[in-house]
Amino acid sequence: MFNCLKGMLVTLVSTMHGLRQPVTRQYPDSGNLLGHHPEPTPVKDRFMGFPALTWDEDVQEPFCTSCMVCIRQCPTQCMSSVMKDNPLHEEGKSSRRKIVDSFEINLNRCILCGICVEVCNFDAIVMTHEHEMSDFSRNAIRVDLPILLENGLKFQKETGWIPPTQRAKVQKGGDAAAETTAAGTET
Amino acid sequence: MTQISENRTPDAEPVEMLLNMGPQHPSTHGVFRMVLWVDGEKVVDVEPHIGYLHRGSEKLCEGEQYHQVITLFDRLDYLANFNNEQVYCRAVEKLMGLEVSERSEYIRVILCELNRIASHMLFLATMGLDAGAMTPSMICFRGRERIQALFESVSGARMMHNYFRIGGLKEDVPDDFVPQVRDLLKLIKEDTDESDRLLSFNEIFLARLKNIAAISAEDAIDFGLTGPCLRASGVDYDVRKAAPYSVYDRFDFDIPVGLDGDCWDRYYLRVQEIYQSVRIVEQALDQLPDGEVASSLGRRLIRPPAGEVYVRAENPRGEIGVYLISDGSDRPYRIKVRPPSFCNLSALKLMMKDCWIADAVVILGALDIVLGEVDR
Ligand code: SF4
Ligand code: SF4
Repeated sequence: MFNCLKGMLVTLVSTMHGLRQPVTRQYPDSGNLLGHHPEPTPVKDRFMGFPALTWDEDVQEPFCTSCMVCIRQCPTQCMSSVMKDNPLHEEGKSSRRKIVDSFEINLNRCILCGICVEVCNFDAIVMTHEHEMSDFSRNAIRVDLPILLENGLKFQKETGWIPPTQRAKVQKGGDAAAETTAAGTET
Repeated sequence: MTQISENRTPDAEPVEMLLNMGPQHPSTHGVFRMVLWVDGEKVVDVEPHIGYLHRGSEKLCEGEQYHQVITLFDRLDYLANFNNEQVYCRAVEKLMGLEVSERSEYIRVILCELNRIASHMLFLATMGLDAGAMTPSMICFRGRERIQALFESVSGARMMHNYFRIGGLKEDVPDDFVPQVRDLLKLIKEDTDESDRLLSFNEIFLARLKNIAAISAEDAIDFGLTGPCLRASGVDYDVRKAAPYSVYDRFDFDIPVGLDGDCWDRYYLRVQEIYQSVRIVEQALDQLPDGEVASSLGRRLIRPPAGEVYVRAENPRGEIGVYLISDGSDRPYRIKVRPPSFCNLSALKLMMKDCWIADAVVILGALDIVLGEVDR
């Protein structure tokens, strides 16, 4: 009998605790009777969503030279790409001799491990914060170069992305390196 | 197995009925199938069927380079990813005679212990659900979610982290890591206290779990049980104490030991382990040194010398062992994993002998298996 009452008391205390603000988010059902529009849980800075290719604003071309390093290192072999001679290099505008012609990632197979980003020597690939790309057909999220660049550009704009190698230089060399960052174009 | 099927076909003996449980059953915690021979409400015999989640991880490892294998180890015991990564990295490091920086070791320990807490919290939640208690599962899931949010801010992924590297870590932890973890520990303690108050000494819960599937220390050792299932039977064995690895010998913590080896002991032991893990993390945060975390190998291709090594560690579910053979190339020649869940599952037959059908759910729940690890 005593135990029973004690148990009820414990439950009552927990019920009181339970009346605080709920921690679940009603997503994607936005809006309820009170006109409250919930947002998805924000992702953290380091969040690894689907990979995408970055865009070099200074030269107006992708960073990617299609060197195949990431493609060989990917544990699931979900990427492929083709290289071409860079027309902008011939015009003297770009220091990249080769450039990516086509690039495809089968995001169905991608396991979001981040190895491709780690091995790329050209800061050309990033793990974006994109994670809502589900579709009904099996091959719908095989993405090619334009979509990858679009996703990458979106990520760059959202986060103010600076190429990691330049960031490292800024941290190391202070002002002197900051100038080269402004000057920009390195491969 | 054949012997059972010969003696007990469904229509041979009218009093015994064949009951199929799983593979799609909410209480089997994954795709696991049990065939129960029941006599009324009593379970006469049980035959576990595994393999529904078989992905051939060990074979896949042979085709991947050493640094890619980490991603596969993440997916073995998917509730304790950091612990799995750590044991694999230690295996390769031992083979190569590689030194790991102090800071990496401490961060590894912190993350592994937090992962142990997360895993045990999930256990408390599902154990409550198996016995019919709903509220603790909400509390524990909320607590676990907080831990995983922290993991996301550290490694970028909630579950499949791929954060440890052979010889170090992928990158340093974020600047506000230490205060974040300290806040988290407070919340963990509160959550565990609350769920503990609600569930552990509840009369109904006690009635469901006390004296169910008690096994003696001898039996537990004979069946090769490890981890909480072994310690619940009163055997004081934990790899972190028995053969300290990493920096575990620098912390002051206790190994909780059970008395009767029944389901309730297995449950309550894990509650106690959460508090011990909190203690370890607190000490590790105090001692956390500065320094590099990057691997001394840099980005070089990893080619361990030819040879073989066996490394073991204490996972939330018990002792995990990794046996690695290298032929000097950039891919492992063979990797064999001794998964704790698989070995613990071998005692299922003994535990379920002559229990009630309703208890079968609780017994399986208290074993705390993860099918990703059982089937590999
Ligand atoms: S993303 Fe980087 S590693 Fe991959 S092909 Fe392009 S430049 Fe090479
Ligand atoms: S994140 Fe991993 S699986 Fe996905 S494309 Fe990059 S290397 Fe391949």
